Amino acid sequence: MSPLLSVQELVTEFETDEGRVRALDGVSFEVTAGGTLGIVGESGCGKSVSALSVMGLLPKPNGQIQAGQILFKGEDLVAASNERLSQIRGAEIGMVFQEPMTALNPVHTIGRQLTEAVALHTDQAIPEQIATAIAILNRVGIPEPEIRMTEYPHQLSGGMRQRIVIAIALICQPELLIADEPTTALDVTIQAQILDLIRSLQRDLGMAMIMITHDLGVIAETCDTVVVMYAGQVVEYGSVFDIFDAPKHPYTQGLLRSIPRLDGPSKQPLDIIPGMVPSLHDLPPGCRFANRCAHQIPDCSGAQPAVEPVTNVHQVRCLRWQDL
Amino acid sequence: MTTPLLEVENLKMHFPVKGGLFNRAKAKNYAVDGVNLTINPGETLGLVGESGCGKSTLGRCITRLYRPTDGVINFKGTNIAQLSSRQLLPYRQNVQMIFQDPMESLNARHTVGELLEEPFIIHGIGDRQSRQKSVAGLLDTVGLPARSATRYPFEFSGGQRQRIGIARALALKPELVICDEPVSALDVSIQSQILNLLMDLQREFNLAYLFIAHDLAVVKHISDRVAIMYLGKISEQASSEAIYAAPQHPYTQSLIAAIPNPDPHIKVERVPLQGDVPSPISPPPGCSFHTRCPQATDRCAVAAPELIPTDDQHWAACHLVGPRP
Ligand SMILES: Nc1ncnc2c1ncn2[C@@H]1O[C@H](COP(=O)(O)OP(=O)(O)OP(=O)(O)O)[C@@H](O)[C@H]1O
Ligand SMILES: Nc1ncnc2c1ncn2[C@@H]1O[C@H](COP(=O)(O)OP(=O)(O)OP(=O)(O)O)[C@@H](O)[C@H]1O
Ligand SMILES: [Mg+2]
Ligand SMILES: [Mg+2]
Repeated sequence: MSPLLSVQELVTEFETDEGRVRALDGVSFEVTAGGTLGIVGESGCGKSVSALSVMGLLPKPNGQIQAGQILFKGEDLVAASNERLSQIRGAEIGMVFQEPMTALNPVHTIGRQLTEAVALHTDQAIPEQIATAIAILNRVGIPEPEIRMTEYPHQLSGGMRQRIVIAIALICQPELLIADEPTTALDVTIQAQILDLIRSLQRDLGMAMIMITHDLGVIAETCDTVVVMYAGQVVEYGSVFDIFDAPKHPYTQGLLRSIPRLDGPSKQPLDIIPGMVPSLHDLPPGCRFANRCAHQIPDCSGAQPAVEPVTNVHQVRCLRWQDL
Repeated sequence: MTTPLLEVENLKMHFPVKGGLFNRAKAKNYAVDGVNLTINPGETLGLVGESGCGKSTLGRCITRLYRPTDGVINFKGTNIAQLSSRQLLPYRQNVQMIFQDPMESLNARHTVGELLEEPFIIHGIGDRQSRQKSVAGLLDTVGLPARSATRYPFEFSGGQRQRIGIARALALKPELVICDEPVSALDVSIQSQILNLLMDLQREFNLAYLFIAHDLAVVKHISDRVAIMYLGKISEQASSEAIYAAPQHPYTQSLIAAIPNPDPHIKVERVPLQGDVPSPISPPPGCSFHTRCPQATDRCAVAAPELIPTDDQHWAACHLVGPRP
């Protein structure tokens, strides 16, 4: 079965004051219909740029896809026109961002924003648009939707705003939902509500999802496949069980070992990954993780390690994965 | 029994709320509404709770950035709750604060060296030469290279800036440090570096911490005891082990159940806590958690439960949890 989305060897660059930076350097991953892919990694590793590249929402003219393919149901979005991309956005691919305020218009009521989105994608008359909007607010668990329709975003709590953003993203029943840190700004009890909502919507609508997060708990709970990114590259890719049970890349291993666990001991030193991520302006010629890696050998600083298959789904970008 | 370093009794911080729909000038934000806690020398008390429950306000009252509305803050036997800024000077040396974003508290136009020297100047400690020696020592303590002194905060990464914030807080050898979400903005791999640093420094200097965060796993890891806060009040307090292994308050139980487990083999179908946290401007009567509590009874809506000892070193404020037998 061919995947719903297949990103292949994607290279995305930005023109900046300090020169050109390569934010994505040969990123590949796949999303199957109805499946959930998680993207995890350090701040600045390229998670959001991956999402923006797929959505055709890179800031113009500074951000450019330089190479690679984004095949959505077989169609290459890299080559698609702006008209075609805006057709796909919202209708076939929906998106939810971290900060719901940026996705909502502060001066329009919730009702207006929802009915406008309905109008954009259907030819319903106004009373029908309102009914559709209320139905979807009900579906995302907003109490008293008729009252909420007359309110403005600032009158709602963060959790409610994120429900509204999800409602807008779902109006056209997209086949793929890209959620970029959808719960990072929320409290854990509200996060649990939103994750629960996303899960049940996914089940009911058969929607695929890309879940971007730095929270390994959210990844473990929601995803079936995981991409681990580091400094613009995919360093490990596999099923959620491959990644958590048998991580092969020293970065993935370090990440999993360094998080405090609820069922772990208190007041013990944590395992750490020393040092920090290299700047995209000043990348080493060899492995990008080498300067922080306990297992590095001189060869690691030579040339970029290639992506190697561990199994037919599990892949890793490390020279030494077989020795570790 | 050790004598506590800090004893907070019935602490309240009520902010006046101006404007609003009916311009009710009398409305109040009950941000901190009757908190009791103690911290012993060299120990960490963790403070966890959802956004807006009053964690930072409590921390700011203890460091006396705010003058509390009511209550007692005994530090080594002296109630500092209402002291004037002049009277507070020796206290300020002894109690320091670390923030989530050190840039907020660091003046970006000063070099790191100047920023670290400032506390000594304010308190009139040492001459130029001895101060600079202290600065070099501080940088070394927090694991930053000596040359950092001549650079500016914006030249550093988030984790390094947090090290600068920690160095500044430690300059005057405090006994108590209030850490307000010190690792919340950091990447996982950097977070563990800073947590280890804080634990090392605690051992080296016998520091006591009030460690504020919303991530229970982080708090539990660094703390000896943990207090859970909800709408301006402490709802439960216990040892780090007991708060996770034997939580008694329904809110603590829900909080723990809501945390996603970094283990894909555990797929829990949890029943999430419904609704949002009520506003601290009009907290519900009775138990402030009763509006969301899956186990609430009629009594919970009318009578506010006291924080009572329910087990050895374990306190809870819930009608459903009986006193220690
Ligand atoms: N508009 C832009 N102009 C220049 N560089 C950019 C731009 N957007 C992103 N970048 C760079 O691309 C890299 C990847 O950024 P991205 O936003 O994808 O990170 P991320 O993984 O989403 O991080 P976070 O966890 O902090 O959200 C970063 O180094 C960033 O500085
Ligand atoms: N200086 C202030 N003036 C008026 N109200 C304030 C002030 N500081 C805080 N508040 C209010 O007091 C309540 C508690 O806020 P506080 O910042 O202590 O919460 P918190 O638990 O630290 O939340 P977070 O996890 O978001 O940091 C909130 O309703 C807040 O709006
Ligand atoms: Mg991002
Ligand atoms: Mg706070």
